Amino acid sequence: MTPILLTPFDISMAASLIVLDAVLSILLKIRLHRQLTIAAARMVLQLVAIGYVLKFIFSLNNPPATLLLVLVMVLVAAREVAARPERRFKGYSNLLIGFVSVGFATFVTAILALTTAIRPQPWFDPHYAIPLAGIILGNVLNSASLSLDTLLGSVRRERPAIEARLALGDSYREAIAPLVREAIRRGLLPIINQMSAAGIVTLPGIMTGQILAGLDPLEAVKYQILLMFLLSGGSGLSALAVSYLAAWRLTDERQRLRLDRLQ
Amino acid sequence: MPPALIVKQLRSQFAGPFELNLGGGECASITGPSGSGKSLFLRMLADLDPNEGEVWLNGRERASMPAPEWRRRATYVSAESGWWADTVIEHFPPQRRKEVGPLSTLLGLRADLLEAPVAQLSTGEKQRLALVRALLPNPPVLLLDEPTGPLDEVSVTQVEALLRQRMAGGTAILLVTHDPNQAVRLGHQRYRMMAGHLEAA
Repeated sequence: MTPILLTPFDISMAASLIVLDAVLSILLKIRLHRQLTIAAARMVLQLVAIGYVLKFIFSLNNPPATLLLVLVMVLVAAREVAARPERRFKGYSNLLIGFVSVGFATFVTAILALTTAIRPQPWFDPHYAIPLAGIILGNVLNSASLSLDTLLGSVRRERPAIEARLALGDSYREAIAPLVREAIRRGLLPIINQMSAAGIVTLPGIMTGQILAGLDPLEAVKYQILLMFLLSGGSGLSALAVSYLAAWRLTDERQRLRLDRLQ
Repeated sequence: MPPALIVKQLRSQFAGPFELNLGGGECASITGPSGSGKSLFLRMLADLDPNEGEVWLNGRERASMPAPEWRRRATYVSAESGWWADTVIEHFPPQRRKEVGPLSTLLGLRADLLEAPVAQLSTGEKQRLALVRALLPNPPVLLLDEPTGPLDEVSVTQVEALLRQRMAGGTAILLVTHDPNQAVRLGHQRYRMMAGHLEAA
């Protein structure tokens, strides 16, 4: 079975649904039609642009170019991790913590998958490396920002408890440990939910895409299982890294709780 | 008695510089308006906030030991007590839990409170239990931030009696209080904090 290629006409048929939404918005005075139109236009532009970028990078088949694109993706994800939490560090710490944890988790999981499980020739073949990095990044980003948000939110609330322990002579490590554990736990919840719901409540995106593209459902399922494992590994690593980095940034050489480093 | 606690040029960007010599068994009481830096001073001594300067205890400078070790010698009890587990007794080290009951009784606390969830305690009960928690390992220096703030008269007397007993055993105490009479009752040295500076009262 070969994939059914879409023509511009097919797509404009589907676009009429956006028009339907807009008409509803006007009729029901929801006042979302402007935003809706802009978002739809942005989506088309962004996706077409990334389509050309991918086509270009694939044609180069040059490892530094692939690496550069993945780094840019990691940077954008790191910015998102840094910006989402309600409480933030002053200066560039949030961005740096986001970049290190997201980059670390993504590279470790992606390289592991490319060199041991999927094994394209060569292993850094951009056809595999870039989409894989993208999927992992999306999940890692979510886990990291949830963990960071949880930690920075709870540390302020739990300040009297943490400082009471410090004042009694507990180490900072002991005093902050329950908060770090809770932050990591929060970061892992979405992937646990995703795995539990997979195939029953939802048909995961990659599998659906591959079935639409003509792949045998069982082959698509195998890919999806592999991906879920990768995603849970990436989530765990990023939640761990972001929580420990933020906890470390919140203390100093005299084991104080440095809330003055938060905005 | 030679001074046990010596504070030299202790300062931060918000308060100081502070100078203080306090002998073992002595109490320095500090009064002063809210926001004048009384708590900041105690927190700097406990090394809980960034600061510069020297603090010596019995001939050892605090920078020569890890911060937790220092805080076990100069223990700070904040005005707002902090709790990290569900029940009261979990906040005490397992090997010393037997001593908690007798000490709490001295402060008029019922024995069954120790098994109670922290959330059920009154502010005054929490304040006294936080004091018991700090007194248990018998640190040579106590940094007390309004230890009797939320307490009734009977409890205040009990707390003061226990503090006097500890001073008789050689404990040095820095006491921040809003009660001028208490400052006179307990303080061998009396100070007033004004805009981040310590003045003799």
